[in-house]
Amino acid sequence: MPDINTSEAAFEPRIIGFCCKFCAYAAADLAGSMRISYPASVKIIQVPCTGRIDMIHILKPIEDGADGVMIAGCLEGECHFLQGNLKARSRVEAVRRILAQIGMEPDRVAMFNLSSAMGPKFAEITAQMTDRIRQLGPSPVGEAGKKSRNAA
Amino acid sequence: MAHVEKTGAVLVVGGGIAGIQAALDLADSGFLVHLVEQEAQIGGVMAQLDKTFPTNDCAMCVISPKLVEAGRHLNIDLHTRSRVTGITGEAGQFSVTLEEQARFVDLDKCTSCGECAKVCPVTVPNRFDQELGSRKAIYKLYPQGMPGAWAIDKRSVAPCKATCPAHVSIQGFIALMQQGKYAEALKLFKQEHPFPGSCGRVCHHPCESVCTRGDADQPLAIQYLHRFLADLDFEQESPWLPEIQEKREEKVAVVGSGPAGLTAAYYLAQKGYQVTVYEKLPVKGGMMAVGIPEYRLPKAELEKEIAVIEALGVTIETGVAFGKDITLDSLKKDGFSAVFMATGLHGSRALGVKGEDLKGIQKGTTFLRDAALGKAEKLTGKTIVIGGGNVAVDVSLTARRLGCDDVTMVCLEKRDEMPAWDYEIEEAIEEKVNIVNSKGPLRFYGNDDGRVVEVAFQECTSVFDENGRFNPQYDDCQLTSCEVDNVIVAIGQTGETDFARDQGISLTRPGGYEADPVTLQTPIDWVFAGGDAFYGPKSVVDAVASGKTAAESIHRFINGLDLAEGREKSWDYDKPEITEVPNVPRVQAEKLPVSQREGNFREVTQALAKELIDREAARCLSCGICSECYQCVEVCLAGAVDHAMTTRTVSLDVGAVILAPGFKAFDPSELAQLNYAGNPNVVTSLEFERILSASGPFQGHLVRPSDLREPEKIAWLQCVGSRDENPCSHGYCSSVCCMIAAKQTVIAKEHSSGPLETTVFFMDMRTHGKDFERYYQRAEQEKGVRFIRSRVHTVETDADQNPVLKYVTEEGGLETETFDMVVLSVGLETTEQTRELAENLGIDINAHGFAGTSDLSPVAASRSGIFVCGVFQGPKDIPQSVMEASAAAAGAAAELAPARGSLTRTRELPPEQDFSGQMPRVGVFVCNCGINIGGVADVPAVREFARTLPHVVHVEDNLFTCSQDTQDKMKQVILEHGINRVVVASCSPRTHEPLFQETIREAGLNKYLFEMANIRDQNTWVHMNNPDQATAKAKDLVAMAVARANCAEPLYQIPLSVERSLLVVGGGVAGMTAALSAARQGYPVTLVEREDTLGGVAGHLLTTVQGEPVAPFVLNLVETLSKDERVQMYKNSEVLETTGVLGNFTTRIMTRADDGKPVAVTVRHGATILATGGKESVPDDYAYGRHPRVYTHLDLNRAMAEPGHGIHGAKTVVFIQCVGSRNDQRPYCSRICCTVSIKKALMLKQEHPDMDIYILYRDIRTYGLKEDLYTEARKKGILFIRYEPEAPPEITTPEGPDPSSRDLTLQVTVKERILKMDVAISADAVVLASAVLPHENRELFELFKVPVNADGFLNEAHAKLRPVDFASEGIFLAGLAHYPKSLDETIAQAQAAVARASVILSRDHILVGGVVAENIHPEQCARCLVCVRNCPYGVPRIKEGHAWIDPALCHGCGICAAECPAKILTLHHFTDRQLTEKSHALFA
Repeated sequence: MPDINTSEAAFEPRIIGFCCKFCAYAAADLAGSMRISYPASVKIIQVPCTGRIDMIHILKPIEDGADGVMIAGCLEGECHFLQGNLKARSRVEAVRRILAQIGMEPDRVAMFNLSSAMGPKFAEITAQMTDRIRQLGPSPVGEAGKKSRNAA
Repeated sequence: MAHVEKTGAVLVVGGGIAGIQAALDLADSGFLVHLVEQEAQIGGVMAQLDKTFPTNDCAMCVISPKLVEAGRHLNIDLHTRSRVTGITGEAGQFSVTLEEQARFVDLDKCTSCGECAKVCPVTVPNRFDQELGSRKAIYKLYPQGMPGAWAIDKRSVAPCKATCPAHVSIQGFIALMQQGKYAEALKLFKQEHPFPGSCGRVCHHPCESVCTRGDADQPLAIQYLHRFLADLDFEQESPWLPEIQEKREEKVAVVGSGPAGLTAAYYLAQKGYQVTVYEKLPVKGGMMAVGIPEYRLPKAELEKEIAVIEALGVTIETGVAFGKDITLDSLKKDGFSAVFMATGLHGSRALGVKGEDLKGIQKGTTFLRDAALGKAEKLTGKTIVIGGGNVAVDVSLTARRLGCDDVTMVCLEKRDEMPAWDYEIEEAIEEKVNIVNSKGPLRFYGNDDGRVVEVAFQECTSVFDENGRFNPQYDDCQLTSCEVDNVIVAIGQTGETDFARDQGISLTRPGGYEADPVTLQTPIDWVFAGGDAFYGPKSVVDAVASGKTAAESIHRFINGLDLAEGREKSWDYDKPEITEVPNVPRVQAEKLPVSQREGNFREVTQALAKELIDREAARCLSCGICSECYQCVEVCLAGAVDHAMTTRTVSLDVGAVILAPGFKAFDPSELAQLNYAGNPNVVTSLEFERILSASGPFQGHLVRPSDLREPEKIAWLQCVGSRDENPCSHGYCSSVCCMIAAKQTVIAKEHSSGPLETTVFFMDMRTHGKDFERYYQRAEQEKGVRFIRSRVHTVETDADQNPVLKYVTEEGGLETETFDMVVLSVGLETTEQTRELAENLGIDINAHGFAGTSDLSPVAASRSGIFVCGVFQGPKDIPQSVMEASAAAAGAAAELAPARGSLTRTRELPPEQDFSGQMPRVGVFVCNCGINIGGVADVPAVREFARTLPHVVHVEDNLFTCSQDTQDKMKQVILEHGINRVVVASCSPRTHEPLFQETIREAGLNKYLFEMANIRDQNTWVHMNNPDQATAKAKDLVAMAVARANCAEPLYQIPLSVERSLLVVGGGVAGMTAALSAARQGYPVTLVEREDTLGGVAGHLLTTVQGEPVAPFVLNLVETLSKDERVQMYKNSEVLETTGVLGNFTTRIMTRADDGKPVAVTVRHGATILATGGKESVPDDYAYGRHPRVYTHLDLNRAMAEPGHGIHGAKTVVFIQCVGSRNDQRPYCSRICCTVSIKKALMLKQEHPDMDIYILYRDIRTYGLKEDLYTEARKKGILFIRYEPEAPPEITTPEGPDPSSRDLTLQVTVKERILKMDVAISADAVVLASAVLPHENRELFELFKVPVNADGFLNEAHAKLRPVDFASEGIFLAGLAHYPKSLDETIAQAQAAVARASVILSRDHILVGGVVAENIHPEQCARCLVCVRNCPYGVPRIKEGHAWIDPALCHGCGICAAECPAKILTLHHFTDRQLTEKSHALFA
């Protein structure tokens, strides 16, 4: 796992993480029990199932200036609601296409799958996502927003 | 029958998945459950598994919701670390005794923060990880475990601590020393003993004599270790000083400044008392100062330790004689509340021989005292010391140091009887002291000056009589005498207690104080007595113990407490078994060279260097497991750790008992040829699960234990500890190992970063469960797993610790193959404890150690009212265990039906307040979680930040928000401030949201007006090295939580009344059993059967596997049901239509009126069980139907039941297995046919011993205890020939068979693999084990909207944990419609279905709604059907022109809400606004 804390980039991405209650959120808790350290950039919102996540829930934070949004659900085939994570994947793909169309990097939005026993994996994907966003740099939306706020 | 009042509670033994399921079913249907588990957490073996077959679901994901549910259930009482020791009474009214081992952690106070484990110095192998990793002595079995509280492993008290008179935590201070925590170690020592330095020099260390290390090589040099601690402490500027609790006014006097007196003063001062010690001598320390020579205990060292006591405020006045300078009266007058008499034994015993008063004869104690005080004169000439004890040695060596070069010790005892310690005697000899044994002085002769010049001795023939009492016998014929200049008599000490007598303090006959041995209180209530003056001459450490006792008694006396209560503690100990302890010799301290000792009192024994001390500390074997170092007590801010907890006996009244004690994996270390013990890369299948597990010892990285290298080639060896009479004595099949191996090969490949070669060595591949055969096929064909039919007998190891297998192939070739790892697929066995449990409960177990049950009542133990399930009933997989658990619950519920609801608890709640139309008023409670949060993030800053957030009216932070007092306070604050939304920033909602929701509900708030910010598990625990980031993130999370709370809305669940009756579809054994089981629980039942007879396929069966006749059983079922007025039966009937939701179904049934006319009836029912059964397939090959002597099994049953049938005269019978199963058309195993064929073969053989019987098979799948039949069949000479599916047996019939012809012999040809030739058998009958099929019921299943799999069998909700439920609630399944199964399995499943249905039927109403989806703008609905298409459960319907979601059916996933194009479907509590406000808050 890359040690992001010593990375030269001063940029601290702000990432929203939607986690399903049964697997991803529980995995994040397990990473805690196991005291596995990972970047503080991701702020988790718990949802009953990633199937609940609408495109608007992903796009709104982007509009608010989020540098990235990650969606983490159960392993494919193991969704507690049978197909929720598959539905989520297709919506995530749709959002990524929209981002591409408007000239933003699709990689700011990503979907992950993991089981509740995968505490280390949670830490890994958080680091991976943070790293990826750090390479992409701050969201242009966020930057623009900041500038216009400063100008006002 | 006498009416017995039933107890509405059930005892469930075993907290594995079976026990949990049984407990939940019962607790959810009106019974109080006591769930007993021997471990500290429930979960059993399933919690240890990585993935589960055949779906590859994560085991933890599946089980953990169940753990939480069981752990928090209002009607389940968990009894962890407990075992059942006895039972009395009878079914309906048992009284059970449990032994509950101390947990040492308070379940209610522990917050699972884990700070304790960080400081625990004791590392032990992690049992949960199969000892592949380690954990601390204080532990939680696994992170997700329930109950969440930690526990401490202790093996009694360590022998050293138990034996030390002062009970110093010796293992504890050594454990701390091992970690370099010398200051903590000293402090721990000094908690029990104020003289680590002095005792480190002079103690006779009884601890060392019991040290377990002494059993291996030599005992630990404990004494040197604490001497080191003391020396180190005194090297500091300010040595450690104990804390003084609150200062008190009361004064206590101590008479005597020896170890007993000073110890009492030390502890009393710590309790805050004003203590004055009065000492008659001019020096402090009593015998430590004037009895122990300086060369053993330097004055300076002693003075340092006394100075610490003085620093606590203790005043020591020397030169004050009790009885003269002070008296009891004067002390009383001076305001002393209590006195402790610890005056020691400073007199010497006299010899009582003539001339003893001559000059030049001194008393030992006086001599030593004078020497110590510097008053002794130089000794010259010949000195005789009389005595053989330690004091005599001290006297002799002191005499040497005072200049005398001719010192002789003379004693009565023989050398090996001398009371002095061996090492003291050796020291005396080393310093040239002569020792003369077996002589007693007869008289002393003096010169004219009255000075001694000669001593006469007589020979002592024996010192002790036959009773071991001191009773010396002399031979006065053997006299010797010698000239002498000095004599010192050191034959024992006496008290000089005249002063006491004068003061009215009573003495006993031998001269000691009279006092209570436990409390040390004398007849004068405020006077206490201890030390040598009380019990006679002992050691410093005994005096310390006595002083401690006195201090406690005096404290109790002053506070008016009971002096004796709880004082007598047992100090029994167990030693660990020691094997393979490497021989590490004990350290030896350097001694001052003898030449340097002469004429001085320099310390002889030198201190040890730190390296040696550390090496010595490392030798400790941690006998007690927990070392009792009490570091956990210090760091636990919740005050949850309590080392004083003891084992409790608990009595419970229950009406029924369910036993689910589970199993243990077979230990292969006894099979030396498999090299499990010798090669770390040979692991068991359970170890391999832990290796694969993401939360296991290697975090899910597939590495081999020896070098943590990724393996490239792994072999699985099947049947280790199964199907092996000798030497494992487990003749049975463990049922699950084939699938475990298949699963592990697949998962291992997924875990491996490079290509991984996997090979399974097996005898018969037993993939007999639902979808197992497909899994096996996929593993072999798609994943490339190599399956080799061979039993590997030997595993060798090469130089790189690679396991090397030698095996014989089926073709007879000898192969040698090297692997990186070997996994032993170990079998399941019952444990010693389980067999004990069975004995305690008086139930039968069978020859294999499993519970004795019959096939027709598969979960009933041999004693009425006791039920069994899970592996204890017989080896089985998880779904089968879960089914049996529910079946056992149904059995218990039927037994106790009249008492349903009599003991269950309900919560009384105040009415909810209505906040509608009001602005949010948010209260934010930030938790410090001890230091878990507050030690990393700046909690006050987070709290103050919360104050600035919109609508926040109250903020506070608490040490522990979940503690009972904070909860009470929270309720108050909510009312005081009119708070209508609550945010708690603490740990995980997964574990704590229900608790806080309950709290706010008790304050009148709707439970959905609550939000949590997870600032511990997902913040301070993972950003502990970055406090600033943790604080910033905590603020963000709180802002997000407040934002969501601001738009939280109350949700209400609507009660729906329940139609408390059951519909069962199908009148076979499954349906009838379900009907009967439900009726016994008191529910009305409607049973619908398509045919005009009941019994289904069971009507054609002969016996069960165990040989119980089936026909009478079926007949009895039919009769019982027809007599039961609760059961309404409809034969010749079919279901026409069904509507409704769980609790309220309406079904129309087409039946026939009495006149035979068709008529439709309507029944209302709360639950449905589908038991539509199955049938035998009709073979289309093997000449079936074309030749009269080719039978299916059901044909054979009919033939065998017919007395004159030709089958009885057959000479040769051939069974052909897998006819129509395990082929492309039906890629499943029909599960029962192997057993059935063998059973039939045995029955035929029994009748006709001369009959030749052949069974042509692919794999024999007599799983579980059915293996016994296979073994028996082979013993009886039934021949088994294996065929490959590519070369099936062929049947040729005589050309143009003439039915009238006598010769109807069939010719069966099969390719024999070993002989590599065709075997032709002339058979009189061929029996085809044809496939089991479900009945075709497509229309019926569509009516009930239940899914079927590709083979036409009904699909349960979840393959593992919901084996009798459908995904749509309120409908259940059982029997052959689910999958082929034996009669006992069918019966268990039918009973299980009733237990599940009873969760609904036992209630007057069910609550629906809450977090469910709803169409909130029906008028805008375009009826686009997107919701209908996307709901995984088929819930949305078009009703009154718009999409409608039945709240009773909705699962709450929110997929429809996300998909709805008009955004009019919403998921309550996760509305678009609530989710976007939450993310928006982060950027506000």
